Amino acid sequence: MLRKITMVILILFCFLLQTTLFRSLAFAGIVPNLLIVLTSAFGFMRGEKEGLLIGFFSGILCDIFFADILGFYALVYMYIGFLNGKFCKIFYPEDIKLPLALITASDLSYGVLCYVLLFLLRGRLNFPFYLGTVILPEVVYTIVITCLLYPLALFVNNRLEGFERKRAKKFV
Amino acid sequence: MSPVIKKKGEKFTIPSKYLLFVLTCLCTVLMALTFSTDLFNRPLNTAVGYVIVPFQQGIGKVGSWLSRRKDELVQIRQLLEENVSLQQQVDELLVENTLLQQEKAELSRLRELYQLDNQYDEYHKVGARIIARDSGNWYSTFVIDKGAEDGLEVDMNVIASGGLVGRVSEVGPNWARVTSVIADNSNVSAKTLSSSDTLTVSGDLQAMHDGVIRFSQLIDSQDSVVAGDKVVTSHISDKYLPNILIGTIHTINRDPNNLTKSGFLTPAVDFEHLEEVLVITDMKREWEDA
Repeated sequence: MLRKITMVILILFCFLLQTTLFRSLAFAGIVPNLLIVLTSAFGFMRGEKEGLLIGFFSGILCDIFFADILGFYALVYMYIGFLNGKFCKIFYPEDIKLPLALITASDLSYGVLCYVLLFLLRGRLNFPFYLGTVILPEVVYTIVITCLLYPLALFVNNRLEGFERKRAKKFV
Repeated sequence: MSPVIKKKGEKFTIPSKYLLFVLTCLCTVLMALTFSTDLFNRPLNTAVGYVIVPFQQGIGKVGSWLSRRKDELVQIRQLLEENVSLQQQVDELLVENTLLQQEKAELSRLRELYQLDNQYDEYHKVGARIIARDSGNWYSTFVIDKGAEDGLEVDMNVIASGGLVGRVSEVGPNWARVTSVIADNSNVSAKTLSSSDTLTVSGDLQAMHDGVIRFSQLIDSQDSVVAGDKVVTSHISDKYLPNILIGTIHTINRDPNNLTKSGFLTPAVDFEHLEEVLVITDMKREWEDA
């Protein structure tokens, strides 16, 4: 229960920051993607199920506010969360290389997916332009923000796991 | 043995691949449904309106408060100097204003003679503050702090500083989403003010990177349209009210088919520093009926 409430608060926190505060801090009109960091981080820290659920709810929030059809971003975020969950077995909290690589790959594939599904299908063919002005700047900015947000996510997760372990012991 | 079978005393859980499958189906169905209908919009919009919008408004207020304090500190000295010159300007403008008012009276008399309405002034407008912008970097949409409770409806036009910003594309009880004319998926039917030649203005992420909007389908056989001409919304559109300024023509080229022309507009609105907008509460449909 505590974990669920914490997750809802974290998702809302990231969504609000992304749409308000970071919009004013945007470099060249580009905002970092906090929700991808959250989805991806909890995907590889906690496994497929939690990753896909967090992705689904982050995505549906974006859908309601900013998309014409419901379900598109939910689907994209959900699969990113799920695929990150596949790496749960080789994740160690001490290792920073794997999280950084995974979050980078997640944001990059998110950008490319958005381009292909939202722009390429409408005949916008200039991929190098979109890669250079939207996708790559977003990835770089997201990695910078990851250095701040990922330790927070790790800390929250460790506290929650500690709490759950203590409670399980008490119960037995 | 199937992994979904519940053992005695064990907590019931769904394996993640089944959950993924179920949610994928759910998303697909949702996409198909919301593509053609707006079945889920009302309950969802109401729910998020009460949970999230208050926070966005709060953060927006704190943000603008902080930036105002910062500006105040920087600008006090500058403002003092400016005040002196502005006072001078006010005096000059007062004189000018009285002259203009006389001319306006004359103009309205002439308008009555010609039985023309001054449409731009007669629209009912509601001011709104931008509280959130698109979560991604692909489209230019934003959320404003007025909604159905303030009388807003889908397809109402949004203007700022005299130019067209876009139209309301979704409404919640206390929020509304505005799709701007520079968004990559937006098209506006327009005409040139001088010669009334019609054209289509399409938002384009790539063109907007250079600060312009793309236009096409301009039929101008007499070559009367030149750079610098004003472009306004046309009478053809069923969503946009006529004669709202969109921008001025920046460059113009003849298309390979030798019939139409296309090029780029400089928008009248500074989309990067937009904070407050005006929503015109008159709809094109009602306006035509009246």
